[in-house]
Amino acid sequence: MINYIKHIGRYFLMLKRVFRKPQKKSVFRELIFKEIEDLGISSIGIVAFISFFVGGVVVIQTALNLESPLTPKYLIGFASRESLILEFSPTLISIILAGKVGSFITSSIGTMRVTEQIDALEVMGINSLNHLVLPKLIATVFFYPFVIIISIFLGIVGGWVAGIITGLVSSTDYIYGIRVGLEPFHFFYSIVKTMVFAFIIATVPAYHGFYVNGGAIEVGKASTRAVVWTSVVIIVLNYVLTQMLLGK
Amino acid sequence: MIEVRNVYKEFDGVPILKGIDATFENGKTSLVIGTSGSGKTVLLKCMLGLFRPERGSISYDGQKYKEMSVDQRLLLRQEIGMVFQGSALFDSSTVRDNVMFPLKMFTRQSVNEMKARVDEVLDRVNLPDAHNKYPAELSGGMQKRVAIARAIVMNPKYLFCDEPNSGLDPKTSTVIDNLIQEITKDYNITTIINSHDMNSVMEIGEKIIFLKNGVKEWEGTSHDVFRTDNEALTDFVYSSNLFQKVRKAQLAEAARDQHQK
Repeated sequence: MINYIKHIGRYFLMLKRVFRKPQKKSVFRELIFKEIEDLGISSIGIVAFISFFVGGVVVIQTALNLESPLTPKYLIGFASRESLILEFSPTLISIILAGKVGSFITSSIGTMRVTEQIDALEVMGINSLNHLVLPKLIATVFFYPFVIIISIFLGIVGGWVAGIITGLVSSTDYIYGIRVGLEPFHFFYSIVKTMVFAFIIATVPAYHGFYVNGGAIEVGKASTRAVVWTSVVIIVLNYVLTQMLLGK
Repeated sequence: MIEVRNVYKEFDGVPILKGIDATFENGKTSLVIGTSGSGKTVLLKCMLGLFRPERGSISYDGQKYKEMSVDQRLLLRQEIGMVFQGSALFDSSTVRDNVMFPLKMFTRQSVNEMKARVDEVLDRVNLPDAHNKYPAELSGGMQKRVAIARAIVMNPKYLFCDEPNSGLDPKTSTVIDNLIQEITKDYNITTIINSHDMNSVMEIGEKIIFLKNGVKEWEGTSHDVFRTDNEALTDFVYSSNLFQKVRKAQLAEAARDQHQK
């Protein structure tokens, strides 16, 4: 227990050092664009692929559970849209990104630690946490909402394709279901969740990488630990945020 | 001048440095020698401010490091160049970007001025054609030379080198040693080198500090090292077969001289 408290305390102390004024704006700007490419744009492919197929699966499963002739078919589109906006895209995609991006962040920072590259930064007088983590944080927090919007869109398209191919729902019913009862607050909720999860995806793996001790095996272990803890924190915060934003 | 006074450092209750005192004078190459685990790297990292000693003080030109403000430390660090044991080059950047990095961070030079300075220091370390290569494409000796170039690009007052010859063949080691010595003289730098390489001791060590189990066991010049009565230092210096043979030859020669007199 003491150990967990120690880690939480050290995590917040790390954040205190991360949120400092960047030492050179031009270098910082370059780093942000590089991180957007490494952490954001490079993730779009896998997010698009998963979202398209999961959207299809959601439609098939929803259709199979709404077999009553009294239930209007457009509810398939409506339910699929709500699942994608409220849960699948912000939460499950964030967990997938925690695996992909989180392990990359831990291993890259961890390798810098064990090969003394972080010491080299510190010796030069550079706040290594600010230099390494803040650009990642900004890149994920401000770019992942776009990734999630793409995920929602492709999930809906995937559902539409699956509905037509399987004949479980007509195009007209599906599109009507997608448009009916649209709640803008649900988009806001989805974006807020995504931004909070993006913060976690950038900082928890960075913490595990920055404080790694040892060599290559330790970096590997830290990556695994980082993915597990990032996923756990996302799941817990998902509950907390849902209660706060949607709970009565 | 760097003064180390009564420095203690421990990790998880295990003492690593036990009251080290040392003075490193301006414009000289000082070597800290000792076996692996003797505390050389920890001492170096304490001097660089990467580790905070439990007791004692480290002063740069009379000013204690622990009493410096954040801004003063930042300015001091811009006067320090460091060559790490594993070179510590940024592996996702080219040689040019590695060497240019401190200039980008701490100067207002134009890109052309920075490129000119990078060319100058890469020429100085005899690497005129490696600008666009990545560290993984370089040999160990070339990586060390890039690390030296990065360390001197800001014209530092102090140069720290942690085992600059580790993993290098004897010929390349000599090249690196000579380069460090030339740079120390050319730029009038205070150079501190951690090493357990006796060739370095003979070639470039103007002042030698011998550490054993976290204690300063001996201090003197490279000339004195081979004439010392200190048993621990003698064991260290003559631990290799080659130096044992040299030692035997020296003793035989001394005995012959004595006999002739």
